[in-house]
Amino acid sequence: MFDMISPQLVFGQLLIGLINGSFYAMLSMGLAIIFGLMNVVNFAHGAQYMLGAFTAWVLLNYLGVSYWPALIIVPIVVAFFGIMLERLVLKPLQNLDHLYGLLATYAVALIVEGLVRQKYGSTGLPYGSPIPGGVNLGFMFLPYYRLWVVVFSIVTCLGTWLLIEHTKLGAYLRAANERPDIVESFGINVPRMVTLTYGLGVGLAALSGVLAAPVYQVSPSMGSSIMIVIFAVVVIGGMGSIIGAIATGYMLGILEALTKVVYPAGASTVIFVFMILALIIRPNGLFAGTGKS
Amino acid sequence: MNMRLLWLGLLAVVLIVAPFFTYPVTLMTILCFVIFACSFNLLLGYTGLLCFGHAMFFGGAAYITGHILKTTHVSLELALLGGVGAASLLGLLVGWISLRRSGIQFAMITFAIAQFIYFIMLQMPFTGGEDGMQGIPRTKLFGIIDASTSFEYYYVVLAIAALSVALFYRIVHSPFGEILRAIRDNEPRVESLGFKPEHYKLLAFVLSAGLAGLAGGLKATVYQFATLADVSFPISSEVILMTLLGGLGTLTGPMVGAGLIILLNDYLSSFGEWALITQGIILLIVIIFFRRGLVGELNALRRKMRTKASPKAPASAEFASRSPGA
Repeated sequence: MFDMISPQLVFGQLLIGLINGSFYAMLSMGLAIIFGLMNVVNFAHGAQYMLGAFTAWVLLNYLGVSYWPALIIVPIVVAFFGIMLERLVLKPLQNLDHLYGLLATYAVALIVEGLVRQKYGSTGLPYGSPIPGGVNLGFMFLPYYRLWVVVFSIVTCLGTWLLIEHTKLGAYLRAANERPDIVESFGINVPRMVTLTYGLGVGLAALSGVLAAPVYQVSPSMGSSIMIVIFAVVVIGGMGSIIGAIATGYMLGILEALTKVVYPAGASTVIFVFMILALIIRPNGLFAGTGKS
Repeated sequence: MNMRLLWLGLLAVVLIVAPFFTYPVTLMTILCFVIFACSFNLLLGYTGLLCFGHAMFFGGAAYITGHILKTTHVSLELALLGGVGAASLLGLLVGWISLRRSGIQFAMITFAIAQFIYFIMLQMPFTGGEDGMQGIPRTKLFGIIDASTSFEYYYVVLAIAALSVALFYRIVHSPFGEILRAIRDNEPRVESLGFKPEHYKLLAFVLSAGLAGLAGGLKATVYQFATLADVSFPISSEVILMTLLGGLGTLTGPMVGAGLIILLNDYLSSFGEWALITQGIILLIVIIFFRRGLVGELNALRRKMRTKASPKAPASAEFASRSPGA
């Protein structure tokens, strides 16, 4: 059966897998960072990603701001929205059961997605590629923008991972999760740090959204549909493990694409089958041990 | 106690005469969701487990019940039981997998598995995919009672709903229900007393799935069709909203919530996205300002007035703070 599959198809799908995996990795990483410090599963992560893409689209179409400045402006704008959300909604809930944080962010996602859909409709809006063209590698055609997405996401993931695992700031973040009282006694403002971390996570989601705008169509449901996969990724990778989230994100993107080559009907479900198998074989997550249990 | 009987009698009278004054399909929808909300309340309110994909049992059973009615000529109650059986079996499988993690991760896993079930239902030929399953017949109940008009069928649905609520009441007030509540409040303590919490949680999950399946199967016979909407996430999220709005872990709260949300949906159905936006806003307000829900707040108020002199009211159903990562 394999001899019928052309290398063009395999490499083409691999590239798509790598692209999807880039977004899975970036979003899962943000979710893991937020969960690691706040114990909040940010269900609004998908909505914030969608908001990033829409903000970029609005900037381009109404204000003429192009992709490159949007890549910097949008995460800041959406992160600001996230910071307000943390102060108004999540802070009052922080001492309650963590399920309330999940439900509250879900409610926010529902409201945001509904409002965007009410304003712009359900159909996807096009966003032109900022780097048109591509290169023919002989075995496949590689659009420049897709190459940029993969490189940019790997750099962002590694950079964020280094920031959190190997700098003093990251050490504070991790310590504040374990013993906020002691970290506070060193004169560090833990509540402000929590707020800024949430802002960082939301900014990363918005950044992914801008990055995604030229790849996928900008549509209100882009966030909720990717959240389904992101939840599975975070469950497989182990909650709160940043490197686990990144690795699982890329891995599942590629797994999904290869399934499309071998067994197209299973492409939409393979991630969930993988999650179920992972739960049965390794109930604490594939990368358990690096994170918290 | 007599007061309670009086209220119950009054409610029975209202429910019996209701279809003379309102559209029976709306009433039946409310009754289906009352059962669904009870099943969800058993898990979240009494056991402390947030299933974030309860639609898989609701919609899955709707398809199974519909399929049985369409392809065989069995009587209605057998088709409904078939749906309940299928949902319970699915509950056993999903519970076995997802109860390996607790708290928030359990919620995420059930969410992902529910999406998996959604995709499977989309691809299975018997469900009709995007078109849904149409023309589900209402066969005779027990092979003899013909209740094919909506007006007659309302009383069938009412009887089933009343039995389900009674069953729910029995489960919650049994020793088994006591242990579920103890697990919700302090799982390690229950374990140290020699019980196996995982067994109790799995049984609660299966019971809840079966009850959700009954609600879904019943809804398929009410509307005489089953669609992907029944297995989709908005249904899972609606039942969460109903339960929280009415009052988590209160007996009647989620039923009140079910009625209110169905009426709200009916009212807002012509306003496009505003139905979902309103649901989101209500959920947010409930979570931030009154986590005990309507009935829970009312109970707390009554208790406060009654025990003005005594120092402290009993604990509410609201979750206590748990250790991080639980």
